[in-house]
Amino acid sequence: MVSKSPTNPLVLLAQILFYGLFAAIIGYFSTSPDYTHLEPNVSLIKLSFSTQAEPISECRERTPEELAKLAPNMRATKVCPRERSPIRVEIMLDGNLLYEGVAPPGGLSKDMPSTLYKRFEVPSGEHLLSVKMNDNVRIPGFNLVREERLTLKPAQILVIDLPKDREGILFQ
Amino acid sequence: MAAFASIRQGGLALLQRIESLFDAFFGPASNPWRHLGALGFHFLWIALATGIYLFAVLDTGIEEIHTSIEYYTHEQWWLGGIMRSLHRYAADGLVIVMLLHLLRELLYGRFNGFRWFSWVTGVPVIWLVYASGIGGYWLVWDQLGLFSAVASAEWFDWLPIFSTPATRNFLPGVLTDRFFTLLVFLHIGIPLLLLLALWVHVQRISRADVFPSRSLAGGSLLMLLALALVKPTVSHGKADLSNLAPVLHIDWYYLFIHPLMYATSPAGLWAITGALTLLLLALPLLPHRKQGPVAVVDPPNCNGCRRCFADCPYGAITMLPHPDRPGHELALVHPELCASCGICAGSCPSATPFRSVEQLVTGIDMPQQPVGILREELERKVAALSGPAKVVVFGCGCAADAAALEAPDTAVIRLICTGQLPPSFIEYALRGGADGVLVTGCREGSCAYRLGTRWTEERLSGGREPHLRRSVPAERLRIAWADAHEMSHLKAALENFRENLQRLDADARRPRAYNPRRTPRHG
Repeated sequence: MVSKSPTNPLVLLAQILFYGLFAAIIGYFSTSPDYTHLEPNVSLIKLSFSTQAEPISECRERTPEELAKLAPNMRATKVCPRERSPIRVEIMLDGNLLYEGVAPPGGLSKDMPSTLYKRFEVPSGEHLLSVKMNDNVRIPGFNLVREERLTLKPAQILVIDLPKDREGILFQ
Repeated sequence: MAAFASIRQGGLALLQRIESLFDAFFGPASNPWRHLGALGFHFLWIALATGIYLFAVLDTGIEEIHTSIEYYTHEQWWLGGIMRSLHRYAADGLVIVMLLHLLRELLYGRFNGFRWFSWVTGVPVIWLVYASGIGGYWLVWDQLGLFSAVASAEWFDWLPIFSTPATRNFLPGVLTDRFFTLLVFLHIGIPLLLLLALWVHVQRISRADVFPSRSLAGGSLLMLLALALVKPTVSHGKADLSNLAPVLHIDWYYLFIHPLMYATSPAGLWAITGALTLLLLALPLLPHRKQGPVAVVDPPNCNGCRRCFADCPYGAITMLPHPDRPGHELALVHPELCASCGICAGSCPSATPFRSVEQLVTGIDMPQQPVGILREELERKVAALSGPAKVVVFGCGCAADAAALEAPDTAVIRLICTGQLPPSFIEYALRGGADGVLVTGCREGSCAYRLGTRWTEERLSGGREPHLRRSVPAERLRIAWADAHEMSHLKAALENFRENLQRLDADARRPRAYNPRRTPRHG
């Protein structure tokens, strides 16, 4: 039986060994092994927007009969649909399709912003980036288009956004 | 089910061997394996204490936060830098001991029956530890913090709970100083919630092991301090929303979930974490051994001494005013909290076998193994003993199987827990004809009912009531703790004890013989 007195050299050595091993385990895995999040010479394109699209149909004037049926304080002549259009997106990189999808409007009445978040890892270098969107179902095709030749540095993040107040697609 | 039980038994045998090895160098009271929960609390207190200093010197401005951390990491390394490293490594140590604690309790089978509450309330603690730790990385606002923040946001965005994706907060030009103020509050608030969850976690047990021994606390603090000096915690480069750091030195204890998510998907990570959480929560529902009947109080024999109240490891006993004796108290057992361990019966002063009543009834007792029946069993077995050194072994049903020692010269009394043994039974066995008494049970920290081993040691050494009378010769009593896998150790201890008994002189001190004179019980 080993004496557990801390003055016993064997006990002291065993305790130092244990604490040393414990410290080594804490210290090593707190920073190692390295995690390669992005391979060399790769850049990141993020598609991210949260935008309220156009209503699905035009506003219209109420008929006198419809107005008469309403309470006097509710008799607004113009009525607009709550439901918003889904936003269609198509992204081409160097002529190849990178992404194609639809962001439906949020909310139970589909009157909330459409949101989308996607990330694409692409080779760094010069690219022709073409982004097309449609935020109005009454317009055929794409009503928002931006095409640009750009150079992506390794590990660079390019964000494609659709800010409502900037009138169009934004690359940043 | 059978495979799970088999793996658990194998794992437990290995764990108990490791624990025995550490007992040899640390002693049970400072054995880190036996006090993982307490060590976890210790690391949490270190993280909280160092966090107070770090909060005081942190500038939460979006441009200043990284600079202020860099300042105290490098310029003020002798205080701020060490505090930061201690904060980080204590948090890492907390994860290690928390997961080992979980594994240990799993291997010991402490997740069902009366243990279900502590097990289930431990599950949210894991989530809160991770939420506290991961939020801390964001605060540094270096490339690693940004990576973790974006990865966490991408993970949570999978849930349909945000009207605007959380990831949009990390686009250029969106973040403001207010974000970091919010983060600081979260990094303080979530650990406070964690403390609350830990308080709930230990509610069903009395004398919770939340403070490690002085040597274990000091040793682990010195270890963290040495690590802080040898490998100070440093930041990555300042967070840049336009450029990623392709290679990161991530803290795998906390941030492993991000690589796991990128290796699978946000939905995949939710599936993994959700399934693990549900699995942990469902473990108590697995079929398990039915718990025995709970302790029963006999009011005429309860004198309100409070010993059972003090000794119950699960706080299942409270004291009420005695209905018949003004000024006295009466123990009340709460069946939903009782673990049926019998430790209360061992603490009851009326459980002495020397009482002359024909039918021995105690103030508090176990219906499945009443003290009266125990006395009869002891008398019968001692009377049947033969040989040059007759030994009575008191053992428990959770440790090394004492029943295997049964022999013509060895009587074995198997208890629910060794803590169920009233010390006077030892003297009673010796005065009844036994040459020696061996007490065995789980090692400290392995006790299936937490405190049985500790209370027994204290009662037999005279440090706790009811104590073993000093007139009992120490050479005729042997204590040999042995976990389930240590049968050979128990056998060797018995053989050694028997040899010692045989070497005792014929005139060696032994308790005076005792012949019971029973009288009918008067009620």
